[in-house]
Parts: sequence; C-alpha cells; structure tokens
Amino acid sequence: MVKLSIRNVEKQFLDQDHRVHALSGISVDVEAGEFLILVGPSGCGKSTLLNIIAGLEKPDSGEVLMNGVPVTKPGSDRSLVFQDGALFPWLNVRRNVEFGLRQKGVSNREAADRALHFLSLVGLSKFAENDIYTLSGGMRQRVAIARALALEPEVLLMDEPFSALDAITREDLYVEIQELWQGRGATVVFVTHNVREAVTLGDRVLLLASDPGRIQAEYPVQILRPRHIDDVDVARTAQQISHEMRRARALAQGTLIEEAESDITSAGLLSERECKQW
Amino acid sequence: MVGNIKRVLFFVFLVGVWELVAARHVWDPTLFPSPGHVARTLWEEFRSGVLVNATAISLRRVLLGYSISLVIGVPLGIVLARQKTLEQTVGSLVSGFQSLPSICWLPLALLWFGMNDKAILFVVVAGSLVSITVAVQDGVKNLSPTYVRAAQTMGTPGWRIYTDVLLPASLPSILTGAKLGWGYAWRSLMSGELLFVSLGLGQMLMQGRDLADMSQVISVMIVIMALGLLTDRVIFGSLERHVRRRWGLSGA
Repeated sequence: MVKLSIRNVEKQFLDQDHRVHALSGISVDVEAGEFLILVGPSGCGKSTLLNIIAGLEKPDSGEVLMNGVPVTKPGSDRSLVFQDGALFPWLNVRRNVEFGLRQKGVSNREAADRALHFLSLVGLSKFAENDIYTLSGGMRQRVAIARALALEPEVLLMDEPFSALDAITREDLYVEIQELWQGRGATVVFVTHNVREAVTLGDRVLLLASDPGRIQAEYPVQILRPRHIDDVDVARTAQQISHEMRRARALAQGTLIEEAESDITSAGLLSERECKQW
Repeated sequence: MVGNIKRVLFFVFLVGVWELVAARHVWDPTLFPSPGHVARTLWEEFRSGVLVNATAISLRRVLLGYSISLVIGVPLGIVLARQKTLEQTVGSLVSGFQSLPSICWLPLALLWFGMNDKAILFVVVAGSLVSITVAVQDGVKNLSPTYVRAAQTMGTPGWRIYTDVLLPASLPSILTGAKLGWGYAWRSLMSGELLFVSLGLGQMLMQGRDLADMSQVISVMIVIMALGLLTDRVIFGSLERHVRRRWGLSGA
C-alpha cells in the first residue's frame, strides 16, 4: 500500500537575489511501513522536501498525497524530529512529550501515562521530571523521538536527527531507532547527508543531487536487520553510493572527463572536497 | 559572598566620606546635611507614618500603571512580532512613541483627566507600555523558528501557537521587558508626582525643597533608590535566575 505519494514536486526560492532550484520534478511513492532515506549533499533540497511532506512549506507545483489525500498543512499524523530536537526549554521532559497529546485534547492523566510509556521506550523514564538543560545531546534527541512517537504518527519524518551527536551515541541510536521502527511498522522518511547512516537505517535510499534538486539514483537496501554501521555489507553499499555521488558531482562541475580511467584521478581530486562535505 | 562584603565596605566608605565632608562644614548644613541628620529625619518620617503613607500611595500608583502596561504590552509585543502588516503600521508608531519621554504626555493627560490620579496613571502607562512592547517584540523576533515549526507538526492550531509556544518561549525577553518597563514606570511616576500636588514620594521630595529641608529631600531619595534596588535585585533578580537556568541560558 502506498502511504505517501510525492508527485512532480517543484520548488524554487530566492537566496540573496539568485534563484535556487531546490526541487525539480520530484516523484516518489513511499510504501506503508517503509524506512525511506533521502541522502545527498547540503543544499540538494532534501530538507525542503521533508518540510513539504510535513506541510511546513508549500511546493510551487505538484503535490504530496497521504493515503490519497493532498497534504495542505502540518499535522500530528506526520510528526517531525528536528536536527536540534527543538525541545521546549520551558517544559520538563515529560511535559515536552505530552505537548502534542495535550494539543489533541488527550486528558491529563492519559497524556502523562503515554508520555511515560514512550520515555521508557527510549530509556529515559528516570529523567521524566528533569529540565531540558540537564540533558545531554543524545538524551535530548531521544526525548524528541519519544515526543514524535507519542503522537503515534502514520509517518515519522526525521531531519538529520543524529548529525549533531557524537559517534558512540549515534550508534546506540541507530540500534534503538531500528528496534522502535520494527516494533510498530510506522512509515519513516529520514533525511541525512551521511551515506553510511543511510545504508544502516534505510529500506531504500534515494540519492538526491543539487541544483536543480532531483532524484539521481535509488538503491534498495536488503541487508538483514538489525544492521550495524560497521557491518561489511553496509560499508560496501555505502561506498558504492558515495562513489556514485562523487561521480555525479564531478560531472556537474565538469571535472570528470568521459573516459573511465579518469575516474581515479577525479576521485582523488575530490577527496579533499569530500572531507569538507562529510 | 565576597561580592556582598565588597559592596557593604564600599557603602560604609561612602557614608564615611559624606560624614567627614559634612563635619568640616564645607557647605551650609541646611544644604548639605550629615548622614546622621538624614538618618534621624528618615526615622522620624517613618515613625510619624508620613513616609509609609507616601510610599504606599506611590507604590499603588506604579503597580496599577505597570500592571496595565504588562497586560497590554506583552500580548501586543508578541502580535507585532508575528504580524507583518501590524509591525509595519502599529510597530512604527510604537517606535515613534519610544523616543518620546513619558513626561511629555503630562500636559495632555492633565487636560484630559484633570489634576488627579488618572493623569499620573496615564503617564506611568505611557512610560512603561512602549518599552515593554518593544522588548517583547524583539525577543519574539529572535526566537528560533523551530519552536513554532515543531509545535505545528504536533498539530497545534494557530491561536495556541501564541499561548502555548510564543508566550512561554519568550519569557526571558518578557522578563527583560518587564524589568525595563518597571524602571520606566517608576521614573515616569516620580516625574509626574514632582510636577503637581499629588501626595506620594514625589510630592514629599518637592515639599522638602519648599521647606528648604535638604535632609527630607535626601531621605526620600534614599527611599526611592532602596525601593528600586529591592525590586531589581530581589524580585527581578530571582525571577531572572530561575528563567535563565531553566532555559539553559546560564551554566548552573
């Protein structure tokens, strides 16, 4: 069953007097229960696409359908986990998780029960009454995930949720998020610029290219779960995708000559740039 | 603690110098009373109830005017920050008023309301409302837009964005505005009370002048200063510490 259908989405915006073609003719169907990854370099429009799915931005043309119904505004059926968590510092941990439930009109007691349940799922029951400033970055991101899950959204949108975390915390969260997702069969659309992260988590990885933002390639990932970021298969697939990405960028910048042998040189040439990017 | 000791020592030193200068009769004692003289006056004013009365009247006025300013200024600031058209129209009027010292409203207020409490109240509101509005407006404008976006993706309807997100999120800047507004309210009140007979601390000051009683003038000045310090340090200080800690704006 198709849960989300993105049809011919176009988006341009002005960035200091020059027109950025953020998204060009994006069409993709997301199956119910699928873990879809949008990966690409900064500025390829992946976050814009996520915001359009969330209903926070409108496409210039084209549309996003959820269960066949056009998305026109943000709603709790598509909750979004932000890069910095976007937790509310004026509320404690439990009340942050309760926030969306209360907006829905869930009674106080039930909201509290559900908040505690989802906090225990991310291993933070003990911190329910803590203020946000007392939490580490990883804990904050866990709270943000609990807050999004507590709304029991049909689609969970995640915008580079782990990019600000240290490697060890991130690896723990890769395991946790896979367990949570497998347990509830929600549809996930996950944005990242980290190819390994993409392969570790996704059922399918869409590689986006920038200017104009478009889908350049699509990779189904059939590696057995639970996956770990250091698995050989993960590493190999990630390498393949990175290579494709580099190649595309080189092509776009005109540094890649048609012949195959120049592949090596351009890869070498680009490694410096790659360091900056990743 | 060390800070407090330094503070006390400094004031002891200051009073000491004052006493020394007064004792040497450099200036006429009626124009430059000694600290002891001022302390005695202060005590007498306190014992007779004159000072308590005047303080109560002034505080009542300032609290009333200040509350009105808060109730109008905070929502107005938030709305101005969020509504472009309002910001361009009402907002520019507000910044225009900001450059107008509140006491300039007094002639108008006197004609509109007469020589009474209402006129003074009007000046107090005119003095504090604008500063509160502008501070809150600036604060809301500097909020991270992800708060609103996060709330929207959790299904928060438009008006609840104001009450459940923008209002609590801008509490630190509301506090800044409130503090600023309090200062302006207090100043406006004093200028108002100085300018026409009205009871209150301002009038006590003028009375001291009329009776050429410098110790009364200075004693009232000390009371005004003490009240200002008290609200600033004790009330706003503790509120600020609490909010700053909770919002993660300070280390502790």
